[in-house]
Amino acid sequence: MSETINDIQNEIIEEFSMLDSDMEMTIEYIMELGQQLPEMAEALKNEDNIVKGCQSKVWLNAEAKDGKIYLEADSNTAITKGLVSILVRILSGRTPQEIVDADLYFVDKIGLNRFIGTQRSNGLGAMMKQIKIYGLAYSAKAE
Amino acid sequence: MAQTLEKHTLDIQKIRAQFPVLHQEVNGKPLIYFDNAATNQKPKRVIDALVKYYEHDNANIHRGAHALAARATEAFENTRVSVQKFINANEPEEIIFTKGTSESINLVASSWGRKFLNPGDEVLISTLEHHSNIVPWQMICEERGAELKVIPINEAGEIIIEALDELITEKTKMVAFNHASNSLGTINPVKHIIDKAHAVGAKVLVDGAQASSHLAVDVQALNADFYAFSAHKMYGPTGLGVLYGKRDILEKTPPYQGGGEMIKEVSFGKTTYNDIPYKFEAGTPDIANVIAFNEAILFINELGKENIAAYENELLAYATDKISQIEGVRLIGTAKEKVSVLSFEVEGIHHFDLGMWLDAKGVAVRTGHHCTQPLMDHYCIEGTVRASFSVYNTIEEIDAFIEALKSTISKFKK
Repeated sequence: MSETINDIQNEIIEEFSMLDSDMEMTIEYIMELGQQLPEMAEALKNEDNIVKGCQSKVWLNAEAKDGKIYLEADSNTAITKGLVSILVRILSGRTPQEIVDADLYFVDKIGLNRFIGTQRSNGLGAMMKQIKIYGLAYSAKAE
Repeated sequence: MAQTLEKHTLDIQKIRAQFPVLHQEVNGKPLIYFDNAATNQKPKRVIDALVKYYEHDNANIHRGAHALAARATEAFENTRVSVQKFINANEPEEIIFTKGTSESINLVASSWGRKFLNPGDEVLISTLEHHSNIVPWQMICEERGAELKVIPINEAGEIIIEALDELITEKTKMVAFNHASNSLGTINPVKHIIDKAHAVGAKVLVDGAQASSHLAVDVQALNADFYAFSAHKMYGPTGLGVLYGKRDILEKTPPYQGGGEMIKEVSFGKTTYNDIPYKFEAGTPDIANVIAFNEAILFINELGKENIAAYENELLAYATDKISQIEGVRLIGTAKEKVSVLSFEVEGIHHFDLGMWLDAKGVAVRTGHHCTQPLMDHYCIEGTVRASFSVYNTIEEIDAFIEALKSTISKFKK
């Protein structure tokens, strides 16, 4: 992977800027992104992998291979699934250190705060935290 | 469905004009506010009363020997009398100001419960309860060794009356249930349940949070021992609630919190407590909000509760009819008697997605379990979408909501 985390974040910011802050177009686009998310194996959608949000469920599985963390995820709501797919696109296949160091500024830039806003509304904020925890755990193991 | 068949005589556009918050766009669309069961909006007169208090009258009450303190105290106590009349309590001393319905219930569970519940006693609640009317009872039952029992409901979301005979026994010391359900809108047969409870000597607490702005409440006619509600669900300020209690019961109930206002005399050896209601109002109360709350009560009184109920029933009947025609919609809660709450789910679409789409189209609804998880479990669902109506909502808004819902559903059929 030659693109950095920030390269991809900038790409995403660029894509969303074309939606002109129109909320309906934004949601529609997020849902489309969700449909592109590689399917998660049903067996991985287990209790251990649930990232608890109040209204939507998110499953997240992280595996380390060749010094990199590979993420698989899914959600039971279409919009959260789209948001999850963005995180996977940015953070999957990165080294633990890259994940720990990542500054996810795209969230502010594309106005996703309102989707994450309250921890109660969906599992995205919790998922970001969980990915960071995986990053920390794997980087500690590597040392 | 129609709780009253009377025709209302309200000028809705004139009412809407009194609510500044309604006149705005959200996501580029005119705001349609259908989250009234969570909190409803405030008329200008309530907002003005808050500003006027802080600009002219701000002072601590009940003590100061100066003009501002006298004005603030008078206005504060005027609200107590308004509340007393609003629910037809026997005297103003039976009205206690709290932070909200939750605190009112916690006060009773904690103070009354700690004194009067004993091992082997039973507290009865219903399946329809908000967490606020479940958890405080669980906590005190655990502490006192009492048992919590639950009145079941039928598929429509109505309390199964026949089950009461078996559940209300000599062991029952408290029956706590809502006047109207926040998730489904069901209006419960309050008087009937109270009479049954009293027949075995149990006390009754009614959670009136969802009823107070929709239904005429007469605590003496109901013979309720406690009645709890929140100002912010009846066009009043947030952070303020009411607990009504019968004088003799309040007098026997120990204080909830210690502090200023609630004492008569304090020495390091012993404190004697103030009379009701002050015994339960430790610390400086929410003076500004109490004073502004009076305007909310006047607002309701001037419109007339019968008028409000008749109009909201029209809105509910219209919305129920329209939404029932949409394929894939399942109404959750179809009781014969309902306040203006429309809870539903749509086959194959998560309520969170529906809520976000409706918001994008300017429609504010509530999604989720509405703090009634055991009730959601009863229906084997995670949550619903809830549209709830107030007197300032219109038929045109319901039409726009129905169109927004249909267009949202079509997005998922691609």
